[in-house]
Amino acid sequence: MSLQVTNLRVYYRTLAGDVRALDGVTFGVADGEIMGLAGESGCGKSTLGNSLVRFDPRMRYIEGRVELEGLELPIWDNAAMNDFRFKEVSIVPQYAMSALNPTRKIGRMTAELVAARGIPPETIVPELERRLDLVGLSRDVLDRYPIELSGGMKQRMVMVLSTILNPSLLIADEITSALDVSTQKAVAEMLVSFRDHGFVKSMIVITHDVSILYQIADTITVMYAGKLAEKAPTESIISAPRHPYTRLLISSLPEVGVRYAERRLAGIAGSPPLLLDPPAGCRFRDRCPVASEQCLQEPPFVEIEAGHFAACWKVA
Amino acid sequence: MRRYFGRKLLIYGLTFFIAATIDWMIPRFMPGNPVQSLLSRSHVAPDAVPALIAYYNNLFGLDRPIWEQYLSFWGALLSGDLGRSVYLTGRPVTDVIMSAVPYTLALLVPAILLSWWAGNSFGAMAARRRWLDNAALPIGYILTATPYMWLAIVLAWILGFIFRLFPISGGYSYALEPTLTWTFVGSLFSHWFLPFASLFLVMFGGWAIGMRNMIIYELDADYSRYLEALGAPTRLVRKYAFRNAVLPQITGLALQLGVIVSGALVTEIVFSYPGIGKLTLAAIQNEDYFLLQGIFLFIIVGVLIANFLVDIAYVLVDPRTRVGMSGRSA
Ligand SMILES: Nc1ncnc2c1ncn2[C@@H]1O[C@H](COP(=O)(O)OP(=O)(O)OP(=O)(O)O)[C@@H](O)[C@H]1O
Ligand code: SF4
Ligand SMILES: [Mg+2]
Repeated sequence: MSLQVTNLRVYYRTLAGDVRALDGVTFGVADGEIMGLAGESGCGKSTLGNSLVRFDPRMRYIEGRVELEGLELPIWDNAAMNDFRFKEVSIVPQYAMSALNPTRKIGRMTAELVAARGIPPETIVPELERRLDLVGLSRDVLDRYPIELSGGMKQRMVMVLSTILNPSLLIADEITSALDVSTQKAVAEMLVSFRDHGFVKSMIVITHDVSILYQIADTITVMYAGKLAEKAPTESIISAPRHPYTRLLISSLPEVGVRYAERRLAGIAGSPPLLLDPPAGCRFRDRCPVASEQCLQEPPFVEIEAGHFAACWKVA
Repeated sequence: MRRYFGRKLLIYGLTFFIAATIDWMIPRFMPGNPVQSLLSRSHVAPDAVPALIAYYNNLFGLDRPIWEQYLSFWGALLSGDLGRSVYLTGRPVTDVIMSAVPYTLALLVPAILLSWWAGNSFGAMAARRRWLDNAALPIGYILTATPYMWLAIVLAWILGFIFRLFPISGGYSYALEPTLTWTFVGSLFSHWFLPFASLFLVMFGGWAIGMRNMIIYELDADYSRYLEALGAPTRLVRKYAFRNAVLPQITGLALQLGVIVSGALVTEIVFSYPGIGKLTLAAIQNEDYFLLQGIFLFIIVGVLIANFLVDIAYVLVDPRTRVGMSGRSA
């Protein structure tokens, strides 16, 4: 296992109380695995991704353990985490289009960042140029300001920059959602080639778009209201989903290739529970077509067959 | 770049032309007759009035057709002649303005530059240290929220009246003749201090609060969060945030410098300081339209020059404007 997350719980502090955005998740990501993370908006995907890299000021660590390459990540300690960021765990954030300092030339910013991490900038230049070639960016982007690049170019630039130190784990958060369909496909394939070239060992790809995951992910994890619903190899999730939520999610996809963001779960009536004060038991209960008395208890997330996990009483 | 500044210059030229024309129209089409009011105050014998009116109308060129007046206005303007002051009995307006300008400059240039520098440094520091922020922010808000008049009077009262550290009115002691001696320079300085300090304090608070808020905003921007996610040390993140936060402050500074030419009206009045602001008040009180017209022209030119400097400054400090100009795109 490259990454092992155990019972991770992270809340948001708000005036109204704690928002339980990540409420006890346990999963692993193998060496070389590209894990897709899907689920409705607000279910906690970005919270999970960010907790592995850097906590937002409002995020509060409650409990749980994160191990990367056998070492525990001190995710609750902002200063101690700095040793791991960029070098061991890195992120292409949801806001990649605005992630570059607008008043610095990209090359200079890259050099200053790398130097600040204790690495002489000259040493990475050949690799940087090689990777720019690989993603189809001309080398002179380094001599430009971010405003001079198109959205897709900035996206690719951030992908190259985030992975330049060959981290073990890369979190890619909604990196395709702002792009047109043909660029989406190219960016998704770039992720795979980054893994194949060994720039990153394993990846968590967060997206609304299950069809992208179908193309590139080895496994898919489905989240619902701050908890994991199901994790399985891509093929099983698409053709033999077991959790009632995953089934509805997959069947509400008219066909692979159409994004469900626009037709948000037309097939599932109701809406997810508020995470400020979620109901006890299975959080999908109100919308679940097969719910029963037993579902007032919380279902455990268990392995139902090799490599296939689900949290539902009717599955186990 | 060249086309950009060419276009700007054209716009500034046009603005100047229109503003100067309006400025010329004001005394001529306003109710009241400046010559009449001059004479009515100077107690001349009634039978001499018509002759004097004719004399002054001729002196100021008011007896010629309006279009001729307009043309000769431009002719005179381009040769640096702004006419003559009625209330200072015929002294050239240019001279009158030029003798007030040094006072205004000596007051405002240091006040603006120093408060800008000190305020921004202080604001950036406050954004970095919580205790400083908690202590300094309320003081900053109080400083900027205090009506200037009030602050100036309190300052004059405490430092000038109670402790008698500084004189509270005039540009130098009336007992002295302007000479280049230490006594006179000392007198200039002690008269300068209170108006300077009052302006400095008020502007300082504004800059400090502006800078503090800008930095906090920049530290929350996406590019800052990205740097932090990649483990960049606080030093680098702050450096970028500071640089980006200072951009709008530079525009603010340049705009303030444009205001210089109009003087600090209230300051100069409160402390009877003999700069452009006080001169403006005198011109209004004495219905001296030519002097007023000259001052306005002076201000128009000053503001236009300042704006032009802002344009240049921005091109120098903010790469985004440079990119927009050359039309280079991806
Ligand atoms: N700063 C915050 N303060 C309070 N609550 C928050 C904050 N950020 C997120 N939340 C809450 O936490 C939950 C999870 O948010 P998160 O951003 O992780 O969702 P997501 O799955 O990434 O959604 P999306 O697909 O829209 O990006 C949401 O219910 C949201 O309301
Ligand atoms: S545990 Fe019960 S409510 Fe939850 S998904 Fe399974 S059947 Fe539905
Ligand atoms: Mg998100």
